[in-house]
Amino acid sequence: MPTNTIDGHTFAVNDEGFFTNREDWSEDLAVILADLVGIEQMTEAHWAPLRFMREDSAKTGVTPTLRRMQAVGGFDVKDLFALYPGKPAKKMAYLAGLPKPVGCV
Amino acid sequence: MSTVVILGAGTAGTMLANKLRKALPRDWSITVVDKDDEHHYQPGYLFVPFGTYTPERVVRSRKAQLDRGVDFDIDAVAHVDPVHQQVRLASGRQLSYQWLIIASGTVPRADQTPGLLDERVWRTSAFDFYTLDGAAALQDALESFEGGRLLVHITEMPIKCPVAPLEFAFLADDYFRKRRMRHKVDITYVTPLDGAFTKPVASAALGDLLEDKSIRVAPDFAISHVDPEKQAIVGYDGRELPFDLLVTVPLNMGQQFIIDSGLGDDLGFVPVDKHTLRSQISDRIFAIGDATNVPTSKAGAVAHFEVEHLVKNLEAAIAGEPLPSKFDGHANCFVESGHGKALLLDFNYDTEPLRGTFPASKVGPMKLLGESRLNHIGKLAFEKIYWNMLLPGKPLPVPTEMSMAGKIPAGHRS
Repeated sequence: MPTNTIDGHTFAVNDEGFFTNREDWSEDLAVILADLVGIEQMTEAHWAPLRFMREDSAKTGVTPTLRRMQAVGGFDVKDLFALYPGKPAKKMAYLAGLPKPVGCV
Repeated sequence: MSTVVILGAGTAGTMLANKLRKALPRDWSITVVDKDDEHHYQPGYLFVPFGTYTPERVVRSRKAQLDRGVDFDIDAVAHVDPVHQQVRLASGRQLSYQWLIIASGTVPRADQTPGLLDERVWRTSAFDFYTLDGAAALQDALESFEGGRLLVHITEMPIKCPVAPLEFAFLADDYFRKRRMRHKVDITYVTPLDGAFTKPVASAALGDLLEDKSIRVAPDFAISHVDPEKQAIVGYDGRELPFDLLVTVPLNMGQQFIIDSGLGDDLGFVPVDKHTLRSQISDRIFAIGDATNVPTSKAGAVAHFEVEHLVKNLEAAIAGEPLPSKFDGHANCFVESGHGKALLLDFNYDTEPLRGTFPASKVGPMKLLGESRLNHIGKLAFEKIYWNMLLPGKPLPVPTEMSMAGKIPAGHRS
């Protein structure tokens, strides 16, 4: 399994760079990674969905879908697209240290 | 007398009832409840829109698929009371249970997408093929389609038989080629995920298929609503995709009674231990098949693999012993890729889809993750296996736990 090292943080990743061990994640690391996906400033509005995703996935074992973010987390999907343009589901999963949502192929 | 009640006489409920009848003592009663006596061969839905199967071909009696020692009760379920161990039926009758198994599957909920049920759209220019009447209506629509923009759309995951929309796109390509009008049809596959193939091993092996067939992909599309005026689907990010024909997979949810009884998650799927299939709400309740929230595909093959484990776990639970059997998320399926070919996929909770061949004896070897004629024949032969072997619970030449024999691990170059 490949690992990534950034600013002294080492973490295990899959072929696409997503964390494979959620415990490797930290907020400091998320700030650094945010820059890589084009998020210059992590505001409280950026953090809130990531925190929800980590809490929710700890219970369910899967990364929540955008619909679940809205239905259970109370986030507006439109806002999530504004905060994380283009690919909110993928970018947020990446920054929350979780697997991206997948199908079976 | 002790009673097991199974809610749902679909693929999972029927297989389980038949296996349990053999496993449990004769003085135990097994009652299966479902709203009607129509058992649908759901893999056949995919072939109805293209006229390959007639709607009648996929329907048989539910009761006829059940062991004679199983009671079949036709009624809809209204509510489950886990404290008093009772099921209330739509007719008002109450059923008491010692053990309850929820096998009530998924429901496509077109009502969950605003605008989709508008009469200018629904079953006029927009169709689903996850119901038999939807698939039949779509057949007429395809037949009279003169060309234009065809969107094959997934609302949100999880969905039953997750590759079916992709298969639909492949078969549509084939269908319009045979009718010599493919050049008039613009096919786009619209997905909430980041691509048609979301796993590196699958996109490496299969990624070219879409390009070869001139099927476009619109990824990361989170649908906000359907605009009936513009005949377009609109995303939360403002993207508008106009269509002449929309083939959509509506949001898949569990049955309403699960939500109303407090036994489900936000989508109405039953949270269970992903290895033992026991409900997290009540020790007296298990769930199986599409009705659970386990993080693997919602598919008949998965239900089949789960049955063996659930029978053993229920026997242990009845005896007051720890649950011994651990389901590993094993799933496999044939993927129709058009032109008389199909692919075979095989994976579990921890393993990516594998390449190689599947099982060497009796039904194999079939090429995993590769297109072949034999795989297509395998998919068609499955209809007979389904009715004659799978539902009655006869032994199949396929192991319930995943074996790595003959398979090449993901990422391995060969």
